[in-house]
Amino acid sequence: MALLDVHDLVVEFPTRHGTLTALNGISFAVDKGERLGIVGESGAGKSVAAFAVLNLLTRPGRIAGGSIVFEGRDLTTLSRAQMRGVRGNRISMIFQDPMMTLNPVLTIGTQMVETLKAHRDISDAEAKRIAIQRLGEVKIPSPDKRMASYPHELSGGMRQRVVIAIALLTEPSLIVADEPTTALDVTIQAEIMSLMLALCKSHGVGLILITHDLAVVSQVTQRVVVLYAGRVVESGRTDRVVHNPVHPYTRGLLAALPGEGEPGARLNQIRGNMPSLNAIPSGCPFNPRCDHVLDDCRAALPPLDDLDGHLVRCIRARELMTGRAA
Amino acid sequence: MSGEAAAMAIPPHPASDPARPLVEVRGVVKHFDLGGHFLQRERPTVKAINDVSLTVRRGEAFCLVGESGCGKSTLARIVMGLLTPTAGEIHFDGTRIDGLRHKARMPFHRRMQMIFQNPYASLNPRRTVQQTLEEPLRFHSPALSDAEVKAKVEQVMVSVGNDPSWGNRYPHEFSGGQRQRISIARALMVDPDFVVADEPISALDVSIQAQVLNVMMDTREKLDLTYLFITHDLSVVRHFGTRVGVMYLGTVCELADTATLFENPRHPYTRILLSAIPRVSTEEMQPPGLPGEVPSAMNLPSGCVFHDRCPLANARCSAEVPKPLPQADGTLVACHAVEEGRETPGG
Repeated sequence: MALLDVHDLVVEFPTRHGTLTALNGISFAVDKGERLGIVGESGAGKSVAAFAVLNLLTRPGRIAGGSIVFEGRDLTTLSRAQMRGVRGNRISMIFQDPMMTLNPVLTIGTQMVETLKAHRDISDAEAKRIAIQRLGEVKIPSPDKRMASYPHELSGGMRQRVVIAIALLTEPSLIVADEPTTALDVTIQAEIMSLMLALCKSHGVGLILITHDLAVVSQVTQRVVVLYAGRVVESGRTDRVVHNPVHPYTRGLLAALPGEGEPGARLNQIRGNMPSLNAIPSGCPFNPRCDHVLDDCRAALPPLDDLDGHLVRCIRARELMTGRAA
Repeated sequence: MSGEAAAMAIPPHPASDPARPLVEVRGVVKHFDLGGHFLQRERPTVKAINDVSLTVRRGEAFCLVGESGCGKSTLARIVMGLLTPTAGEIHFDGTRIDGLRHKARMPFHRRMQMIFQNPYASLNPRRTVQQTLEEPLRFHSPALSDAEVKAKVEQVMVSVGNDPSWGNRYPHEFSGGQRQRISIARALMVDPDFVVADEPISALDVSIQAQVLNVMMDTREKLDLTYLFITHDLSVVRHFGTRVGVMYLGTVCELADTATLFENPRHPYTRILLSAIPRVSTEEMQPPGLPGEVPSAMNLPSGCVFHDRCPLANARCSAEVPKPLPQADGTLVACHAVEEGRETPGG
C-alpha cells in the first residue's frame, strides 16, 4: 500500500466573483521512501496541493472533494487535534523561506527541543541530544554551539539546513518540500538538494518535492507529476518524463530551458500565458497555447491516458509518443 | 509621421568610433561606509567591489555572473551612474563619465538604459503603458511632436512583440512576462546604444523567461545593441552571452569568451560554479565540493578572496592578491594556482 495516496483531490477558493477551482481532481501516490516531484509554473496549483496534503489551506480555501489517505487514514476526515498529531510528526514540511518555519525570537536549540517535546514524551536532555545529532547530520559546523544561535545569525543556506534538521527530528515517514532551494544560490542549492537526497535515502523517508525547476526534479526524484491549470497533464517515472516527454506542455517546458539547446539560438517559447483560474479554457486547458491543437481539443477535457505507466492528458498522446504528429 | 522619421529625430553621437570599446571599467573600487562609532579606530565598511577592470565591446552581450553578494549588481549600478565609485574610472565611448555633473551626463543617460529585475516594482502602477513609454522620449527629445512620439511608441512596442493597443492599460493588467517586455520597450524608447539588464528574467516562469530572452536577443541583433547582462544563472549566460565575467566577493576571478568558459573553465571557483548547475539528467545531484560559506565583505580574507574555500590554495594564495593574467586564448584568470600550473585545467 502506498504511503500517501491522493485521489481525485478538488480544492476550491470561494471568492466574490465565484468559486475558483485551484485543483480539479488530481491524483498521485508516494510509496514508502519514494521521492516524487510535483512540477508546474506559477498558478498551476503545485503549492496548493502541498498545503492541502498538510491541511494548511488558508480560508476560504477548502477541500471540496477527493481523499488523502496517509498511512491508512484519510487526512480529510481528521479533526484538527488529530491532524496536529500527523503534521510536523509523521509528515514534515520545508518551505521556500526558512524564516516562515523558524521563530526569529527563539534560539535554534529551543525550537528544536520544543518540537520534539510536543510530539514525544522525553526529557530536555534527551531532546537536546537528538537535536544536536540532527544538526550534525545536516552538516552544520559545531552543532552544539549553534544550538544557542538565533536564526538571524545564520546565512540563508544554514537556515535551510536547520529547517531540514527540524523536519527530520520526529523521524517522519514523509517530507513535503515546497521550493526548498529556489531562494538560494546554485552552489548552495546543489549542497542542500544533495543533502536532502542523501538523508531521504538513509532515513527511508518519502519526499514530495514541489518546484518549477525540471532540472532539479530530474536529478532528485524518481517519479514526477506535471500540473497545468489545476490538473495533472503528465506523470510517470522521472527519467521517462524528462527524456521522452509526451504532453506538449511538458515538451515546451523542457525545450524552453536555456542551456540545453544550441547557444544563441532562439529558445523554444510557449506562446501566451498560464490562464488565470477564473478563465480556464474549456476542453483541454492547454489548447490555446498548444502547437498540436485540434478541434476536438476545444470540445472536451481529454482523459488521463495510461501509456504503459506513463500518464498523459492529451488526445494525441499516442501520435506524439511515436512522433507521428506534425 | 512614420516610425523611422521619429527615430531620425535623435541623432547618433557624432564622435562614435566603431573600433573603440563602448564601456570601460578601470580599477573600480566601491566601499560602503556603515557609520559606526566616531571613536572606533576602524569604521565598518562593506568592501563591495575591489579593483575591477573590464571592457565591453560594441555589439557584445557581456554577462556578469556570480552568487548573491558578489557585487555584480553594484558594479552595474556604478556603470549606470546610480552609484559613485570610491575609486576608479568608468569610460563610455571614450569619455570618462563617472563624476560628471548632471547636465554634462545627460547625453549619456539617453545612450545608456537599464532593465530591472522586478517588473512589478519598476513600472509606475498609476501610469498607463503609453505614459510610461512616452516619458523618456519627451524628456530627451522635447522637440518631437505628439504624432512623432506616438509613432515611436508604436514602433518600439511592435519591435519587442507587444500589442500596440496595450497603451491605454495599466501595469497591473499584465502578466510578469508582458510587464518585463514593457520595461524593455521603455529602455528602447530613446534608441540607446547600451542596455544594462539586472537579472531581467529571474522573477519569471521558465516558459516566460524564454519569451523575454528571445526578445532581448532579437533586439540586440536588429538594433545593434550592446548588453551588460547581470545574472546568477549560468545556463542563461551560456545561451545569451558573448563574453562573461565571473565575480566572487567583489573581484572578477575569470573573464572569457562564453564558449571558452564553458569548454575550459580555469579558475577553481568557475569550475565549481559550472558543476553546480542543475541539468536535465538522471544522474543524482552531487554536492559541489565548496566548503564553508562566502565570507563577509566587511572582513575580506587576505590574499585571494577565494583562498579559504579553494581546493588548490597554498601559502601564497593567503598572502598575495592574484592579478588577472591573460592566458593563451585571451581569457583573463586571477589565480595563483592556474599561473603556477599547480593543477592542469579540467584535471
